[in-house]
Amino acid sequence: MIYREAGQFKTSYRQDSAIFPILQDRIAIIFYLFVAFIVIPLFGSDFFLNSMMIPFLIFALAAIGLNVLTGYTGQISLGTGAFMGVGAYSCYKLTTFFPETNIVLLILLSGFFAAGIGMIFGLPSLRIKGFYLVVTTLAAQFFLEWAFIRVGWLYNYNDSGAIEVPQREAFGLIVTGPAATPSVRYLMVLSIVVLVTWVVSNLIHGRIGRSWMMIRDMDIAAELIGVRPLHAKLSAFAVSSYVAGVAGAMMVFFWLGAAEVESFDVNHSFLILFMVIIGGLGSLVGSFLGAAFIWMLPIVIRAVPRVLGLDINAATVEHLNFMILGALIIFFLIIEPHGLARLWSVVKQKLRVWPFPY
Amino acid sequence: MFGKMVTGATILATALTLQTGSVSAEETLFVPSLSYRTGPFAANGIPIANGFADYFTMLNERDGGIGGVKVTVEECETGYNAQKGVECYEATKGKGALVYNPYSTGITLQLIPKAPVDKIPVLSMGYGLSAAAIGEKFPWTFNYPATYWDQMSSIIKYIDGKEGGIKGKKIGFIYLDVGYGKEPIPLLDQLAEEMGFTVVKFPVGVKEMQNQSSHWLNVRKERPDWMIMWGWGAMNATAIKEAAKTRYPMDRFIGNWWSGANVDLEPAGEAGKGYIAANMAAAGTDMPAIQDILKYVVDAGKSKVAERSDVGKVLYNRGVLNAVVVAEAIRTAQEMTGKKMITGEDMRLGLENLDFSAERMAELGLPGFTAPIKASCENHGSGGSIFLHQWNGSGWETITDLIPPMTEKVRAMLEEAADKYVADKPDWQTQDCG
Repeated sequence: MIYREAGQFKTSYRQDSAIFPILQDRIAIIFYLFVAFIVIPLFGSDFFLNSMMIPFLIFALAAIGLNVLTGYTGQISLGTGAFMGVGAYSCYKLTTFFPETNIVLLILLSGFFAAGIGMIFGLPSLRIKGFYLVVTTLAAQFFLEWAFIRVGWLYNYNDSGAIEVPQREAFGLIVTGPAATPSVRYLMVLSIVVLVTWVVSNLIHGRIGRSWMMIRDMDIAAELIGVRPLHAKLSAFAVSSYVAGVAGAMMVFFWLGAAEVESFDVNHSFLILFMVIIGGLGSLVGSFLGAAFIWMLPIVIRAVPRVLGLDINAATVEHLNFMILGALIIFFLIIEPHGLARLWSVVKQKLRVWPFPY
Repeated sequence: MFGKMVTGATILATALTLQTGSVSAEETLFVPSLSYRTGPFAANGIPIANGFADYFTMLNERDGGIGGVKVTVEECETGYNAQKGVECYEATKGKGALVYNPYSTGITLQLIPKAPVDKIPVLSMGYGLSAAAIGEKFPWTFNYPATYWDQMSSIIKYIDGKEGGIKGKKIGFIYLDVGYGKEPIPLLDQLAEEMGFTVVKFPVGVKEMQNQSSHWLNVRKERPDWMIMWGWGAMNATAIKEAAKTRYPMDRFIGNWWSGANVDLEPAGEAGKGYIAANMAAAGTDMPAIQDILKYVVDAGKSKVAERSDVGKVLYNRGVLNAVVVAEAIRTAQEMTGKKMITGEDMRLGLENLDFSAERMAELGLPGFTAPIKASCENHGSGGSIFLHQWNGSGWETITDLIPPMTEKVRAMLEEAADKYVADKPDWQTQDCG
């Protein structure tokens, strides 16, 4: 009913292999973009933009980064937090050296530093797989955390050891620092997230993405039909770390405003891995769903007693939060082990034939 | 899918906005409390949050609030996590928040640049960015009674006095390897150079907090004459236990005022006997105001303390001190502006003109609670005195009079640090103290 495809004929291969073959999906995407770009900045409160939407988008982007590596190429990584840190610290250094350069450009550039570091730590993936690779990426995590604390040059020898975001202007607006309004920062984050998602989506649906998936599904077979594991794996590490680096730079510049090394600790790597697993491995939509589930749900749960006017201890709410979230994670993974994205596509399939299932 | 969640979230956000509107309609003074009753630092966070809340409850019950207006304290759980702290800040700032007490140097660093924009002052009482004591450069941030640098200089002064000259001695500095622990290092290095002692540093990462054997092995190798600790949470108890195990002389081991609570020493018990720590608020329940808390709040079942005996412990009383300072600043602001319902901007004036003298303490029923605090436009925190107390195996005993810091040295360094902080921020709001 809702997804009635009657009358939608595909007359070329191009149309047949489109990412959104159904008209309703294309309309929906335009609608979502309209809501995200126009409605939310106009009507969202500061709290909604600052504490919900901006972090949600940033974590969604980081999850996309990890999804490229884990979901599409099958290489498990626990170093996402540190790669985000590389992006953040390099953006901080870049803007120290080039204060006049457009900060958005610097954020996009800082991803390349993360990509470089990611490729170095991705080298062992050519020889080892699975849990052994987890250990090497964990080593990356610990080594980089150590470097963020010990290398004073990275934080300009600041007494507190934290990086503090200076005020920067771009396109005639103040976009970073405390004087930047939440809507401006939100729009910056949203634009970058949409842009990077679009690029990654094209990569995944193209030759490079297919070579990643071949490596994931069966590396020997992939090698036999001419996919070079060196290229495929390292490019996956590069793209994944690039995206994570951009997300990390945005996290500090558009959201936190100042960051210590604890903002990039191993807990964040886990957090993003959970987003990917719950959202769905190998799905871009899943990255958004997973980030929403892990980041927004606790805030919503925390807000419920306040909205209902119940007087519950802040600490009790926090404990309840852990319990509810944990229970929901188990619940969702039992009803759909492939994550929320798969759940969504099952629902969509059902909607296509509703109300006459066969 | 994504859009539906967004729409759902928008509806919720609207509900939240409506809710915040109705709360601020009530005529109460709103003081948010960023607490941490969960996570690795909960053992320290709980007594502080209890003391803070209980004092305001007592004022509400006994005096009907401050200047006739009741005070609402809303707790928001941060878990000592900077991101959650910012979330709490965003969630509560719209309700007419008067002042933020973040109880974490990490969260304080995040809030300092936001304070002038949102016009809500930050009171980081004895923690946070030391340079924020320079009122000209940080109009919206307060950190009295003393900065970390003041405190460190007082401790060095104590050692200097005990040793009859610190020159040539070796000082070990064991610290939690985050912004908080690293904060006093520039001053320590400077003083080492000027006074001719050597410093050995032992950073303890958050992950190694409860496993410090390797650090203490190094301490044993280095054999420092004195140890100074900047620890927090589970780190303190572990350090004291390890020190006892390596037979480090306890009376030569000095903690700062975040490393000297009852919860830190109780696990070590007798083994920790002789350990010294700095403090700013006298412990105990003898003071009339604390008695009032017991009477109006704890015995009336309005407190969150687990046991009656928790009242009067070191960190509980520090929470009380924080609340007293906030309450006094509110009172000062009310007197200065003539308004009963004050705003964040009025609160800033109140904090800046705070004069918490020994007489005023006695008047409030807190004689000798802390060193007198007098803020001014130039001075938002530096210069307060500290005292040291020593663990006797089951409780704390004050062993020194107030030790003033080396103000001349510290102030110059603070100014330098403040200039450095402001230097790369072209639109930073400063104030002219004429």
